[in-house]
Amino acid sequence: MTEGITTPGAGWRRADGPGERKPPKRYRKGGGRRGRSAEQAMVDDAEFTSYYGRPIIKPPVWKTPDVPLYLFLGGAAGSSAILAAVADLTDRPTLTRVGRLVAGGGSIASVGFLIHDLGRPERFLHMLRVIKLTSPLSVGTYILSPFSAAAGATAAVELLDWFPRLKRFGGVVSALFGGPMATYTAVLLANTAVPSWHAPYKQLPFVFAGSAMAAGGGLTMIFTPVDEAGPSRKMAIAGATIELAAMHKVENDHGIVSEPYHEGRAGTLMRAAKTCTAAGAGLTAVAGRTRIGAVASGVLLAAGSLLTRFGVFDAGMASARDPKYTVVPQRERMAAREAGQQVGQGEGRSVTR
Amino acid sequence: MTSISSASPGLAGNDPSNRLFGPLPDVSADAGYVEEHPARVGFFTDTSVCIGCKACEVACKEWNTLPMDDSHGVRDAMGMSGMSYDNTGMLGANSWRHVAFVEQTRTVDLPMPTFGRPGDDRQGSGPSPMTPGDGVSLADAQQSSVLNAEALSEFDPQTGQSGADKQIRWLMSSDVCKHCTHAGCLDVCPTGALFRTEFGTVVVQGDICNGCGYCVPACPYGVIDQRKDDGRVFKCTMCYDRLTDGLQPACATACPTQSIQFGDLDELQARADARLATLKGQGVETARLYGRDENDGVGGAGAFFLLLDEPEVYGLPPDPVVTTRDVPAMWKAAAQGAALIIGVAVSAVLGSRKR
Repeated sequence: MTEGITTPGAGWRRADGPGERKPPKRYRKGGGRRGRSAEQAMVDDAEFTSYYGRPIIKPPVWKTPDVPLYLFLGGAAGSSAILAAVADLTDRPTLTRVGRLVAGGGSIASVGFLIHDLGRPERFLHMLRVIKLTSPLSVGTYILSPFSAAAGATAAVELLDWFPRLKRFGGVVSALFGGPMATYTAVLLANTAVPSWHAPYKQLPFVFAGSAMAAGGGLTMIFTPVDEAGPSRKMAIAGATIELAAMHKVENDHGIVSEPYHEGRAGTLMRAAKTCTAAGAGLTAVAGRTRIGAVASGVLLAAGSLLTRFGVFDAGMASARDPKYTVVPQRERMAAREAGQQVGQGEGRSVTR
Repeated sequence: MTSISSASPGLAGNDPSNRLFGPLPDVSADAGYVEEHPARVGFFTDTSVCIGCKACEVACKEWNTLPMDDSHGVRDAMGMSGMSYDNTGMLGANSWRHVAFVEQTRTVDLPMPTFGRPGDDRQGSGPSPMTPGDGVSLADAQQSSVLNAEALSEFDPQTGQSGADKQIRWLMSSDVCKHCTHAGCLDVCPTGALFRTEFGTVVVQGDICNGCGYCVPACPYGVIDQRKDDGRVFKCTMCYDRLTDGLQPACATACPTQSIQFGDLDELQARADARLATLKGQGVETARLYGRDENDGVGGAGAFFLLLDEPEVYGLPPDPVVTTRDVPAMWKAAAQGAALIIGVAVSAVLGSRKR
């Protein structure tokens, strides 16, 4: 026709058309960001382009009640196993028993949810073909397998009241794997290209650790007589505090990528989670030494932990579905790198463009 | 027999500096192909000569017997994307090549003979998406007046109004799995179903995959996806079966304009550099290579592109980084979190009065 790719104007053809459609959409950057600095007043810094608004990365295919429940149960079981082992060594029989039962039940149920989430559940043993430190799911398999075996067996002998020595050994083994069990799931989420999971990768394990302690402390508190549940209360309050503090950083320290934690369903879940956790911790401190207070605050803490997992999961899904959260941070990273190179007198290599 | 590792090439290799990130001169050797192995192969997709015919999509579907799906990846559904000529929509489990159609308009002020029609004074009502650099090429267009009215009215009888006028251009690009040097999907696969072939490509073994779905969000380009009714994940294999028989991948074979070029990666890179220099010399300032730089976030891609606009215009991430670059820091934080739980539990127990 009139011009080719090599002519000035590079492939632009002229046409008249009142009705032609918009080209790839440009969005304004969302709210929640610090004010734009003066030297970044270029149009491209304030807006971003995408291919018809379609997501760039694929949202996770993990099923929705399964995986958040797995995260919750794994955390609660992990911290309960540790609490039970320490309580056992200091001779607190009821707390030990309750902790072991929560750990056993939680771990067995979490295995069930994990396997159910697979696209080919009958092939779950393929997880044991290899061990890969780059794959949190592979490492997690080798945490979950011994943990659930030990915790499940300990809970079973606890119920049947057999082999007291073996019980203690099983309890210690499950306690060793309990901590990693509670926090590896944070790495599982963070080690993805999902912007709102990857960016807070240093805080997410602490959110999950705190959430696990709040849930484990809360659940053991419900079933343990108040005069023996002191450790549960202390762990629950500490856990809730850690969870709230770490979550505050996740929700506020990551610019645009923190946005999904405040908006939509994820925002609602996170607000409910914070309310439950804070109320649970407060109630534990005030009324944790009464039976009703212990049950109410335990339920609140467990609900807070559960809602946190659902909220974090949902925020990640939302950030994967909107190309804004993929493009804008990457553009900012490129701009920062280019600015850094100019300062460093360009000894750097050429980067992508 | 060599033992082929399905771990990250870096973790199996001896180069401590680039275990998870950065350039890797021989991906196959780092994956365990220590004896003689073929050179790393790849795709160079030159979008400046893509005509959007989708022959690559068809060839890929036919060769790999991929099921039909709509633009949202729903199997056996005939659906319109409702946004362009692109009804494939995206790469996915059933679409291993995807031709993006980008229709761009910009307003140009050209001195034209006036013979107005009713309604023609609607100038400036349309959007004017200006990419940076458009100002320059816009000025060029005005000065050199590439478009003469005669030729244009031949091309489109509707043109020819006064004042501001519109130009359109089509960007077409055939997207594909990038077969990264540091492939996130491969790194996170817990079963070893994803592996590095002797050609340096990344392939899913269908008989191993148990559908955990971890590779899906791990891919910074959103390439690999799960087939819902099947449970397993699927993606481009760069026609591993054809490669082992000495054939080219189906898409590159079918491409009528050599927009998709297949070959040894170093050779393709040299060819791409030359092509870019040619285009730049001809004044195509917006041309750039994408995925060519081995210092980028994925250590360079096995399938790279020559683009005429910003990557995100084509639905590509502008600065992708393999997620496992940060995994050591993540494990450290997780270990600290686990220690924290033990510390809290111990002090909670010791700090409580018994009974």
